[in-house]
Amino acid sequence: MKRIVIVGATSAIAEHCARCWLETGPADMLLLGRDVPRLERVAADLKARSPDSSLQTAQADFLSPDDIQAWAARAYGAGPVDIVLIAHGTLPDQPQCQADLAASNTAMAINGISPVLFAEAFAGRMQQADHGTLIIIGSVAGDRGRKSNYVYGAAKGLVTRYAQGLQHRLAASQVRVVLVKPGPTDTPMTAHLKEAGTGLAKVEDVARAIVSGAQKGSRTVYAPGKWGLIMMIIRHLPFSVFKKLNI
Amino acid sequence: MLSDRVPIEQQLHADKPGLAFGRGRSYGDVCLNPDGVLWLTSGLDKFIHFDEASGMLRCESGVSLRDIQRVFVPRGWMLPVSPGTQLVSVGGAIANDVHGKNHHVHGSFGDHVHRIVLKRTDGSSLECAPHLQPDWFRATVGGLGLTGVISEADIQLRRVEGPWLDAETIPFQRVDEFFPLADASEAEFEYTVAWIDCTSGEAGRGLLMRANHNSDTSWPVTHKAPRTMPLVPPVSLVNALSLKPFNALYYHSNRMRDARAHVFFERFFYPLDNLLEWNRMYGPRGFYQYQSVVPRAAGADATKEMLRQIAKSGEGSFLAVLKTFGARAPLGMLSFPMPGVTLALDFPNRGTKTHALFERLDAVVREAGGRLYPAKDARMPRQLFEAGYAQLGTFLPFRDPGISSAMSRRLLGS
Ligand SMILES: Cc1cc2nc3c(=O)[nH]c(=O)nc-3n(C[C@H](O)[C@H](O)[C@H](O)COP(=O)(O)OP(=O)(O)OC[C@H]3O[C@@H](n4cnc5c(N)ncnc54)[C@H](O)[C@@H]3O)c2cc1C
Ligand SMILES: NC(=O)c1ccc[n+]([C@@H]2O[C@H](COP(=O)([O-])OP(=O)(O)OC[C@H]3O[C@@H](n4cnc5c(N)ncnc54)[C@H](OP(=O)(O)O)[C@@H]3O)[C@@H](O)[C@H]2O)c1
Repeated sequence: MKRIVIVGATSAIAEHCARCWLETGPADMLLLGRDVPRLERVAADLKARSPDSSLQTAQADFLSPDDIQAWAARAYGAGPVDIVLIAHGTLPDQPQCQADLAASNTAMAINGISPVLFAEAFAGRMQQADHGTLIIIGSVAGDRGRKSNYVYGAAKGLVTRYAQGLQHRLAASQVRVVLVKPGPTDTPMTAHLKEAGTGLAKVEDVARAIVSGAQKGSRTVYAPGKWGLIMMIIRHLPFSVFKKLNI
Repeated sequence: MLSDRVPIEQQLHADKPGLAFGRGRSYGDVCLNPDGVLWLTSGLDKFIHFDEASGMLRCESGVSLRDIQRVFVPRGWMLPVSPGTQLVSVGGAIANDVHGKNHHVHGSFGDHVHRIVLKRTDGSSLECAPHLQPDWFRATVGGLGLTGVISEADIQLRRVEGPWLDAETIPFQRVDEFFPLADASEAEFEYTVAWIDCTSGEAGRGLLMRANHNSDTSWPVTHKAPRTMPLVPPVSLVNALSLKPFNALYYHSNRMRDARAHVFFERFFYPLDNLLEWNRMYGPRGFYQYQSVVPRAAGADATKEMLRQIAKSGEGSFLAVLKTFGARAPLGMLSFPMPGVTLALDFPNRGTKTHALFERLDAVVREAGGRLYPAKDARMPRQLFEAGYAQLGTFLPFRDPGISSAMSRRLLGS
């Protein structure tokens, strides 16, 4: 059976990735999160879909380097892991981040530092086993800082640079590092955007793009794929034009 | 969008009346609430428990029927009742107490629901089942979303050996031939449904399709990717010119084709799901559905009279589906299915001409003691609703005062 670890397993995107993986056969999954009852509900859903799978849930402190290290060690205690998905994140309120540094601090920590520490803890073990796929969810928001969400964008940009470095480090190994950059997706994180009428991708489609990109071992997966093109344009817009955009 | 991260009853207070919204597959205004709040259930998409031995599924109300079929059919369990599309939610299937092609064997969707959890806008939560607060259960099944928001349900799945059906198609020349053919078929086949060529006038020639499950357990290699109607054509592709040849072609191609076939369940149950947004074919003004049921005694005459009115009006219907319902008493206070015969039609919207035809059809339905299906209605007169749904008075006290829909304002006054 495939061994899969999902960090932030209650995320809607992560949940749908898990469903996709289980469609292809049972797996041994460790689901990490901060809220045990919610993790249990995700596990129950996955168990109903795939009764032969083994699903373990555990609570972790996402900002504690020691806890992160301990969970990676525990996951590897039972043998090498095939897939690690690091999915947690939160979309902070940009004006609030500007007004309240504590809010900025939390947003940076949970979207930037925490995923990177998880990745580091697993990457070393993957390198040792010379096996596995490490998937980290970044965002299109990390491709260029924008006034509407640059605190979040900066944290996601941190993840992008980190993933690049890790890909460089592991280039000669059998370990694949996949950086996913979803566009706006219909999940609880964006419920307020949906009410404002923003077009959002279906979470099932985004999950399928992630799973198939990871299967292929792509270094960067834009999900849906059209965001690759859109972000290329946005990255290359001259500032004189960019500054006029209300985005 | 409702989330399962916070208790649902806490998400329901709003200054304006709200309404649960499943997948929006109802044709009319039953799932609309202009100026109000819509509570989207698409995020409530988790299975809670499945008992492999008994086939009892507990799930959240936003789970789609397709998700259930795709997960459980390969394991030998299937929804006992499913409508002509699987892109609907469990909550929507309960709220409209939907029916399928096997009503004479398995009744309606609500007949397989063993428990409902209902959240009310006053912050309360209640559980109901056929033997637990049965009045609440009978109000909520077929309750058009007006008794509260269903958060989860228990559904009894049925055993199937595999995903295939043996289907056969039998032509008939007249509606009079349909009834004995349908009766004979119901005795031997789980699924029966007929398609009528409305352009053939009052005679009502058609094709009866009937099917049973078979024991082939093989699985097709891939699911077909759905095709989408590419764009909205500027005019309706369904008009008298296109319809006559289309219906004739459909009739003859089906008649001449080998009448027996081995069909994958998705193709048999959900023929339109492969053509997402097929409704665009009707052009920007859209279309109306008109589905009636009339008691069996009046069935043949009423059906013929409706076909005569349609032929006379020149408003051909692209899909005309005729089906007999079994002799079960309706489960919900406002459930649509009742013993008799149901005719489902759809018409491109051509304004007053189309409405004039509806009024003549209404008269036939009322005369025959029948009623219209709210899930497919956007225009029935209030008196017809009141005449058709005798238990309306019993239902009203179960309404949630914080919930209202365009339909409830139109047909119930609030
Ligand atoms: C191609 C096609 C074929 C069809 N064939 C059939 C058929 O053969 N037989 C049949 O019976 N119907 C048929 N229908 C109609 C369809 O099955 C029903 O309209 C169904 O109820 C739609 O479900 P939905 O999830 O889209 O609900 P919506 O259309 O979004 O809502 C329908 C009603 O359910 C309520 N509702 C939704 N979720 C909840 C909830 N969680 N709690 C409380 N109330 C809720 C809404 O308030 C509304 O009143 C067909 C529709 C299409 C498009
Ligand atoms: N949705 C989009 O439009 C979009 C676009 C680009 C990138 N992304 C990224 O995609 C990933 C998944 O997001 P999603 O859309 O699936 O959103 P989601 O359903 O809201 O999931 C967010 C996840 O992050 C966890 N989380 C949030 N704050 C946390 C904290 N302080 N400590 C621990 N866990 C925390 C949540 O845990 P709880 O369940 O316990 O709250 C949940 O598991 C995120 O990294 C997000 O940034 C999303």
